Amino acid sequence: MKLKDTTRERLKSVAELDALRRKLKAARDPKKVTVLMCMTGCRAKGADKAAAALRHEIGNFRLKDKVDIVETGCHGFCSMAPVMVIEPFGYMYCKVTAEDMHEVARTTLKTGEVIERLCYEDPITGARIPLNKDIPFYKNQKKIVLRNCGVIDPTLIEHYIERDGYAALGMILSQGVKPDKVVEMVKKSGLRGRGGAGFPTGIKWQLAHDQQNPTKYLVCNADEGDPGAFMDRAVLEGDPHTVIEGMLVGAYAMGASQGYVYCRAEYPIAVRHVKMAIEQAEACGLLGDNILGSDFSFHIKLKEGAGAFVCGEETALMASIEGERGMPRPRPPFPIQSGLWGCPTCINNVETLANIAPIITRGPEWYAGMGTETSKGTKIFALAGAINNTGLVEVPMGITLREIIFDVGGGILENKRFKAAQTGGPSGGVIPADFIDLAIDYDSLAKVGAIMGSGGLIVMDQGNCIVDIAKFFLNFTCSESCGKCTPCRIGLTRMLEILNKISRGEGVPEDLETLETMARVIKDSALCGLGQTAPNPVLTSVQHFRDEYMAHIVDKKCPSLKCKALITYSIDQELCRMCGICSKSCPTGAITGQVKKKGQEGVPFHIMEDTCNKCGMCYSMCPFGSVALA
Amino acid sequence: MTKIAQLEKSIKKLDRNKGPLIPLLQQTQAIYGWLPEEALRHISEALDIPLSKVYGVVTFYSQFYLKPRGRHCIKSCQGTACHVRGGKNVLQALEHHLEVSEGGTTKDLKFSLDTVACLGTCFLAPVVMVNEDYYGDVAPKEVPKILKNYE
Ligand SMILES: Cc1cc2nc3c(=O)[nH]c(=O)nc-3n(C[C@H](O)[C@H](O)[C@H](O)COP(=O)(O)O)c2cc1C
Ligand code: FES
Repeated sequence: MKLKDTTRERLKSVAELDALRRKLKAARDPKKVTVLMCMTGCRAKGADKAAAALRHEIGNFRLKDKVDIVETGCHGFCSMAPVMVIEPFGYMYCKVTAEDMHEVARTTLKTGEVIERLCYEDPITGARIPLNKDIPFYKNQKKIVLRNCGVIDPTLIEHYIERDGYAALGMILSQGVKPDKVVEMVKKSGLRGRGGAGFPTGIKWQLAHDQQNPTKYLVCNADEGDPGAFMDRAVLEGDPHTVIEGMLVGAYAMGASQGYVYCRAEYPIAVRHVKMAIEQAEACGLLGDNILGSDFSFHIKLKEGAGAFVCGEETALMASIEGERGMPRPRPPFPIQSGLWGCPTCINNVETLANIAPIITRGPEWYAGMGTETSKGTKIFALAGAINNTGLVEVPMGITLREIIFDVGGGILENKRFKAAQTGGPSGGVIPADFIDLAIDYDSLAKVGAIMGSGGLIVMDQGNCIVDIAKFFLNFTCSESCGKCTPCRIGLTRMLEILNKISRGEGVPEDLETLETMARVIKDSALCGLGQTAPNPVLTSVQHFRDEYMAHIVDKKCPSLKCKALITYSIDQELCRMCGICSKSCPTGAITGQVKKKGQEGVPFHIMEDTCNKCGMCYSMCPFGSVALA
Repeated sequence: MTKIAQLEKSIKKLDRNKGPLIPLLQQTQAIYGWLPEEALRHISEALDIPLSKVYGVVTFYSQFYLKPRGRHCIKSCQGTACHVRGGKNVLQALEHHLEVSEGGTTKDLKFSLDTVACLGTCFLAPVVMVNEDYYGDVAPKEVPKILKNYE
């Protein structure tokens, strides 16, 4: 069935929706060769060029009627970008280029034969693994939220409907499930908010349901501020309808008639896909007035953020939707009592909402069967830093850090030693290697001083300096602090000054006590979650890596050679090829020597220590790696 | 159509009930490329919001610019993943070659240099984005080559 540019007919009942789904399923030929190409994240590595080349080759080989290309969202395995999966064989090709497409069309698409050299190579055994499902990265995952990401075309509502999309909504409407029953189901599932704090979603919905005000709002928080997390982006780009369906179910349960998706403007593809999804759902009668012929009505508007981390905080987010400066305000009143324009407002994270449809269709008992005692279901983590398989992974709650990093993540880059992991971004904490067998859930992370947060997981090896990381996060929160409350505005700045001092080698041992005291006071007294959690990276790092701080303070050394003031640069006189690039790039003129020209002798370059301001430019620019650090 | 006429049109089409200011500012910036004073005065009058408040909103969000921007917009990612893979050194190299510091625009209005916290492509760290093009695994010495792609 040709779906692009189809005009969509309004579905007037659940029966019509079910009939459409049956028709779509029947039209699918399970044997047809289908190429699933990521057109979101992989675009950054040239997926669009590869897709264009493939289209061209398919034309050349007269395969147009035999092969479908589906432009999907993220497959998760971003370090292998651009990736493509070829069904029904289940082959996955990694790091494909436009030049590979001729062979792909000629071999795999025409005859079904696999091309070994494009398959994933096991980094340990060196063996090629042709099938998607056999790759360790995927084998250890459990995809619920990401079930459609990388499988469907997110710009076509029909793809979502075919894979049982809007079945949760249909079930509720056709069986006349009462709103309080829906709330009950979500409570029973044990789902907790994925936006950071882990508040039980069912209880939040209950509170919203119990409000008497006839006007209620439901907001999807898609601000995704943690600088290093991109799961919400992947869900919105790869499967926007699952979020819309989650919102519909929520709106039905709590009696909300208007919804907002508040999306970061730095995510242009997500914005585009959500817009298209809303339009298509409206055209199909799945969104708007009298949904599927029932008397349930719900509207969704998209609001683009304008670049402020604090707007992820719920009260600031509401101020921003109202068109104000995004400043948080004290709670209570909680948004559930008095939110947007004074009406009850329920705010849920993207990933939270994406869990709803499966909970309804497969039942809360099924969902509660996964995870740990207090944290149910799965969690998406964004793996980044010094790890082989960077990308997005969805794993059951309760998995250990070791399993995530080594089984799913493929271990540390260049086989270096694992030093620490940072979860929860600027509000989270560092977890040292000693805790590698910690089973991860909301409560175990809180116990070691970190938080689940949105699921950013930055892996650090011996080359990463703990003081530098703490400084990095504090710098971030300092500049994103809205300035309304004193502990956050001034307190964080003072803490940052102390950290800067330590990384310049000017710290004194008492600084650590001062840092810890200030951290506690700020945690207790700041107005909103930003300030209350901002000291976490410093607190946990001082707690777990006191020795490393002391090396900076007492020995005036940065063991990881990251803090610039504490390292010295020198040029290896043997290795220097006398090209002079270092000297040209040096902003302080600290490098002397003579460029070697044809038929002339040169003089190897040399750094004058007293003029060097340790900017590191020469180190970055030297084409021969002749600049050494110590 | 003149820019001010385009702005007029956006104002006419606006849904005034629900927080119109930020969407209007976003549209205005799409028209002008930045937010000139005359446009802000116009918005203030049209929406009956004090100019001081409009200014307050504009300066709160990092997406809004009160100065003209370069033809090409460079975003150097300073998010966590990019930081641990040397994003700072890439930024330094950009500053060095463009002779502007972060947040600045070159005198010939060719490039604007900004930092962002995560472009959502951490697997490419460190990342530089020029207009809509991504550059991944950027080494400081590749900076001149990247800049050469833009006229
Ligand atoms: C500084 C700060 C930033 C936040 N950023 C986000 C964010 O980007 N996305 C998000 O969903 N929640 C964010 N939150 C949490 C929200 O305030 C809120 O708790 C959450 O959206 C509720 O949804 P949930 O119950 O589904 O988790 C942030 C909180 C704080 C204090
Ligand atoms: S941290 Fe740079 S793209 Fe995410």
